[in-house]
Amino acid sequence: MTCPAAIVLGCSAGGPEALKVVLGGLDPRLPQAVLVCCHTGSETVELLCELLARASRLPVIEAAEREAVRGGTVQVAPAGYHLLVERDLHFTLSTDPRVNLVRPSIDVLFASAAAAWRNALVGVVLSGANADGADGLRELRRLGGCAIVQSPDDALASAMPQAALARAGADHCVPLDAIAPLLNQLCLP
Amino acid sequence: MDHPPDDLELEGIELDLFVEAMRRRHGYDFGQYAPASLLRRVRQLAQRHGDGAISALTHRLLHEPALLPQLLEGLSVPASDMFRDPSVFRALREQVLPLLASWPQLTIWQAGCAHGEEVYSLAILLEEAGLYERSQIFATDLSAQALERAREGIYPLRSAQQWSRNYLAAGGSHSLSDYCSARYGLLKLDGRLRRHVTFAPHNLAADAVFCEAQLVLCRNVLIYFANPLQQRSLALFRDSLVRGGFLCLGLRERPGAAEADFAPIDANLRIYRRIGPTATERRP
Repeated sequence: MTCPAAIVLGCSAGGPEALKVVLGGLDPRLPQAVLVCCHTGSETVELLCELLARASRLPVIEAAEREAVRGGTVQVAPAGYHLLVERDLHFTLSTDPRVNLVRPSIDVLFASAAAAWRNALVGVVLSGANADGADGLRELRRLGGCAIVQSPDDALASAMPQAALARAGADHCVPLDAIAPLLNQLCLP
Repeated sequence: MDHPPDDLELEGIELDLFVEAMRRRHGYDFGQYAPASLLRRVRQLAQRHGDGAISALTHRLLHEPALLPQLLEGLSVPASDMFRDPSVFRALREQVLPLLASWPQLTIWQAGCAHGEEVYSLAILLEEAGLYERSQIFATDLSAQALERAREGIYPLRSAQQWSRNYLAAGGSHSLSDYCSARYGLLKLDGRLRRHVTFAPHNLAADAVFCEAQLVLCRNVLIYFANPLQQRSLALFRDSLVRGGFLCLGLRERPGAAEADFAPIDANLRIYRRIGPTATERRP
């Protein structure tokens, strides 16, 4: 299989806790860009970035409009904006209406990332209490990307992984603790 | 191409043809919009006005001129909220308006006003600061349909609670309900707030400077533009502003290459002050 160029992660309720575990387990030598969309309901993701930076061995920053996607770096979707990846691998933000009642929407990020990276992308759906991410993961798989879904019975909120499995299916459905080792295995050259 | 194009590549061709048809048939150039968000909007329009195929939408664009206003509205700035990002409006109220008060007449340009939520927010700020009588607001948008809705000032009532909270968080000293009436599930802004507002079509991709302004607001518009069009827009703002005039961008936007012309007043809130020679001074 093609070695992935990027990892996209989506989550909502219970997401920050799950992200800490996943990012904490990622190998710091990973060259891939790691993009995160997490519904927080707060006005900024400043605190979320700080929290994740403490757990992660890769640097964590907020994704900025027009910036190039960075390898070996965790980039978090800003609050209140959809985050999209352009085909030339720069970020675009949008204040278009909410999708699945949320903005940023995981579906929007996943679909644009899938179009940009096609089969060189891994998508991960973690804990969450709504169905956002399911359509995006389906599109990601359609374009040849690899889908990982946290086992619903292992998630703090199971609705999001359940919806992803129902709508997109998964190449790997594993408990939270197994996700980082699996990503390391898929992504280290 | 060394392989037959897949559906994404075909869709890319369809999008290019749509943009070309829009430009040649109607004179609107979306070629410098950020491709990812433009594609999302065009896809949505193709769903709303047909079977989802962009080429079918292009056919209608070419042959049904009556459809143009709806397409332009779908491609222009999305709706906002009143006092969205209250901290920005609080800073305008507390830091910018007191300085604007030193000018005998105020000209304000809100570029990309969409449905007008932020225009009315601004009018309320000016009213409460006692500056509205000497103010003139130009509220512009690409879309005539959006301007029509902005002029009406009628919004769904379900927004009212959030907007009231925003108004108070922005330092409002009364109640938002003092400026609007509610009936039939709708919220109608007081028509008096419009008395110094001129709604007018203006396309940042094609049109020129039209006023000399003390304040330019353009929030969450530039994020939809690719770099050259962002720079064109920022140059228009620079050339519209008087020396010491203010520019207010969206919370995740930056002046980028135009940074030399703008000194931050509050960098986090994206409020800047025009520095350097003005357009009039730079003319030979």
